[in-house]
Amino acid sequence: MSIDLFLQHLSNGISLGSLYALIAIGYTMVYGILRLINFAHGDIFMMATYFAFFGIATFRIPWFITFPLVLVLTAALGMGVEAVAYRPLRDAPKISLLISAIGASFFLENLTIVLFGGVPRPFPAPKLFTDVVQVGTVAIQKLTFYIPIVTVLALLGLVYLINKTKTGMAMRAVSMDHETAQVMGININRTISFTFGLGSLLAAVGGIMWGMKFPQIQPLMGVVPGLKCFIAAVIGGIGNIGGAVIGGFILGIGEIMLVAFLPNLTGYRDAFAFVLLILILMSKPTGILGEKTAEKV
Amino acid sequence: MLKIEDLVVAYGGIEALKGISLEVKEGQIVTLVGANGAGKSTTLRTVIGLVKPVSGRVLFQGRDLLAEKTHHLAKQHITLVPEGRRIFAKLTVLENLKIGAFSRRDEKGIKADLEWVFSLFPILKERSWQLAGTLSGGEQQMLAVGRALMSRPRLLMMDEPSLGLAPLLVKEIFRIIKEINQQGVTILLIEQNANAALRIADQGYVLETGRIVLQGSGQELLANQQVKAAYLGKRRGI
Repeated sequence: MSIDLFLQHLSNGISLGSLYALIAIGYTMVYGILRLINFAHGDIFMMATYFAFFGIATFRIPWFITFPLVLVLTAALGMGVEAVAYRPLRDAPKISLLISAIGASFFLENLTIVLFGGVPRPFPAPKLFTDVVQVGTVAIQKLTFYIPIVTVLALLGLVYLINKTKTGMAMRAVSMDHETAQVMGININRTISFTFGLGSLLAAVGGIMWGMKFPQIQPLMGVVPGLKCFIAAVIGGIGNIGGAVIGGFILGIGEIMLVAFLPNLTGYRDAFAFVLLILILMSKPTGILGEKTAEKV
Repeated sequence: MLKIEDLVVAYGGIEALKGISLEVKEGQIVTLVGANGAGKSTTLRTVIGLVKPVSGRVLFQGRDLLAEKTHHLAKQHITLVPEGRRIFAKLTVLENLKIGAFSRRDEKGIKADLEWVFSLFPILKERSWQLAGTLSGGEQQMLAVGRALMSRPRLLMMDEPSLGLAPLLVKEIFRIIKEINQQGVTILLIEQNANAALRIADQGYVLETGRIVLQGSGQELLANQQVKAAYLGKRRGI
């Protein structure tokens, strides 16, 4: 393999990893604050691509207005799912919450099929992003460069928000102890809702870029990426945001490299994530950055 | 200031409080004494809104607290040092203290109170950038008290602040409770160390399986034969 080709694969892997990371953060943040695997997260990601599709293709709104609008709508959707499917179960056993999450996932998938049809649609990616540039001997989509840049900016914003703002401090406090956080004057419902909004917003950032990179959208497109990003979050150590990012990149780069170096295994591309998950959990059950926690029974 | 009337609390059909009434007057230290399971913690948790009672009233300056959500109470300067400290282990010491002032907006006042807490507990200033989980047990207890003070409480409830501390630290904690009280903070204190608690208390209540069986001033209860036999034991000194 030439160095050029390798670099092309690597840049591809980095941009796929970026997308995984953006989605995985949503899983890990919600887990951190509610100890819930939000199975609807992949479907929220899917809805974001539909919002973008309707904005650009149907309503002909310019992309620079559509995209921010998509972020807001998707964040609102995530908060809506939390308010309807999870908040009423705040004091219920965790298993009820999990089942409700699966229900929310099926609901969003089927709602999309009913409303928009099951036929895949072409994602109307603005040409600005899909243009190809020649780097040495290889041709690379501009998008491949934009994705990691946008991801890094989004991550920097997130790190600032969580570590330097009052809301971020509240999120961290609530994720450690709901009761004591309330005693300190923190409105935990509002904080949890904000967390869902934030995770969904990041999924929307990922969704828009995903739509441009793989320009075909359909109602079940969130299922496999959703599962993989959940795995990415677990590999990194669920509940840990840095871990989700690392997990996302390991998965994205690993998947592309697997296909590049072992083309015979291309058909097993999606299985790669699961094999990796098993291998990592065997040696480190709490994930790469996960900490040992004694589960309170 | 705080009035509890006929409070009944049940967990899954079993009554933990069987109709207790008590009063905390402004500026006082009031202590609840009793064995494990007598309902002391439940009383505090009900006042702060973490437990919903079956019946009864909790009045703070005449206003019914039971209608209030827990997170609104900090704004009314009512706070709790919870049992087992419950500090935020993965936040820094400084962040824990800032969380205590979460519902306040007066930056200047917060800064002044931070200095006050640091003067009460100089060790917290030294360790302000450390993660709270890395503190020793005694330091964590000081942080829990400091965090509560950051809300500038008018009513400070403390659930076993001396639990698990070395004797020297226990003495220190009681000295500080007294000092906080002298600054004008009304205190409702639960202690397994009944002797030390009654010594600093203006008023004491003895709880037994969900009922108040005795009440009186700290001195009266200290001298009471029943109390001596049941809660003070032979241990003297502390």
